[in-house]
Amino acid sequence: MWLIDSSIGRKLIMSITGVFLVLFLIFHGTMNFVVLFSADAYNAIAAFLGANWYALVGTKMLAIGFVVHIIYAIYLSYQNKKARGAVGYNVTSSQKSVEWTSQNMLVLGVIVVGFMVLHLIQFWSKMQWVELSHKMGLETSGDLALATDGAYWVKHYFENPIYSILYIVWLVALWLHLTHGIWSAMQTLGTSSNIWLPRIKVISNVLSTVIILLFISIPVYFLLGFNI
Amino acid sequence: MEKNINVTLKIWRQASPKVKGEFISYKMDNVPTDSSFLEMLDVLNERLLKERKEPVEFDHDCREGICGMCSLYINGHPHGKDGGTTTCQLHMRRFSNGETIVIEPFRSAAFPVIKDLRVDRSAFDKIIQSGGYVSVNTGGAQDGNAIPISKIDADEAMDAASCIGCGACVATCKNGSAMLFVAAKVSQLSLLPQGKVERAARAKAMVSKMDELGFGNCTNTGSCEAECPKSISISHIARLNREYLNAKFTD
Repeated sequence: MWLIDSSIGRKLIMSITGVFLVLFLIFHGTMNFVVLFSADAYNAIAAFLGANWYALVGTKMLAIGFVVHIIYAIYLSYQNKKARGAVGYNVTSSQKSVEWTSQNMLVLGVIVVGFMVLHLIQFWSKMQWVELSHKMGLETSGDLALATDGAYWVKHYFENPIYSILYIVWLVALWLHLTHGIWSAMQTLGTSSNIWLPRIKVISNVLSTVIILLFISIPVYFLLGFNI
Repeated sequence: MEKNINVTLKIWRQASPKVKGEFISYKMDNVPTDSSFLEMLDVLNERLLKERKEPVEFDHDCREGICGMCSLYINGHPHGKDGGTTTCQLHMRRFSNGETIVIEPFRSAAFPVIKDLRVDRSAFDKIIQSGGYVSVNTGGAQDGNAIPISKIDADEAMDAASCIGCGACVATCKNGSAMLFVAAKVSQLSLLPQGKVERAARAKAMVSKMDELGFGNCTNTGSCEAECPKSISISHIARLNREYLNAKFTD
């Protein structure tokens, strides 16, 4: 199977799952931004998604996207480490044109996944999971009334500045991951050329910055002393 | 302006592929700054021969930057820190008096060390043999403009064809990937009418050979482009990706 056996096939999977996850981030970030204007509107979106079938299908696809992206990342990194050879260089150097992020995508990815676990415990397990287990008739300690009250949980966690700062650290790591990831995906998909390569890099920087600003506005808003 | 400098060389010495290598330091006094880097190594080897010691083995041939035979990882850069030049085009005027120069072989799992600073780069030949050619003799040169080729394509093909296959891209890549080399070879042929006919089969064959030989996966860091003595652009890598994906999806 060339999607596993060939280097470009593996990179294709990385870029497609990556683009898919970026689309998810655009949606998630836009949705989050609403909470700054209206807690009710935000809760309406949360309730609309909830544990309804379409949201569950979306969640499952998303989970698959994440898992495939991560498994391929580990596999590619392992192969690349092996291809570098057993003996390293005594003196290494960096080139001005080489972004730091491009050489540290795995490290950034690990940071992103680490914080994502925290995020899932804080939000997903209190919201969609509670509603879903309730529907399936399972015992949960979660409060069903709060399962679609997203604004409550946002307030609950971000009023604590420690969590706000942790989320900012997470988002900065994600931002760095995206600035390389978006243009790199386009390059792998072959959409780049002498003319488009610099354009794609600019698009990548702008898009990742917009996405991260949507997300980071919330912890920053709370840190500045505002409340929703 | 010519002057003489004293430098210390820290050179990787390894007797054969399997044995463990080590760095050995050599003091070089009164090196004329007008001499080339390889001439300086020649002087060192003359001295070692006179002292009845093993000379340092290193690859070189044309010494004018077109054959792709010289290599060397000098102070952390393949072909030294100057951009767009090969090791044989590097001169001692680029170093300062009293400097320690660390010289290592090109390293990668696919480029095993043969001896000292010489590495086996025949993996590149195997990739070329797998598809980097035009199977049919296309005859003598056509009359000018009999087959119109756009200026853009002609320039791109020419830029790609300037690849000398030295392996600096693999040596500098943190993934030991040969994508820039393969991309240059695929680009050069698929942009022109003679090579276009076999483009799909070529892209598939060369990429699969590259993977089989243990080169890594490209992660678009761009360090190959930065260190390439012929400044070949990574936009050729995008073209290779396109060629390969097109070939696979039309299967």
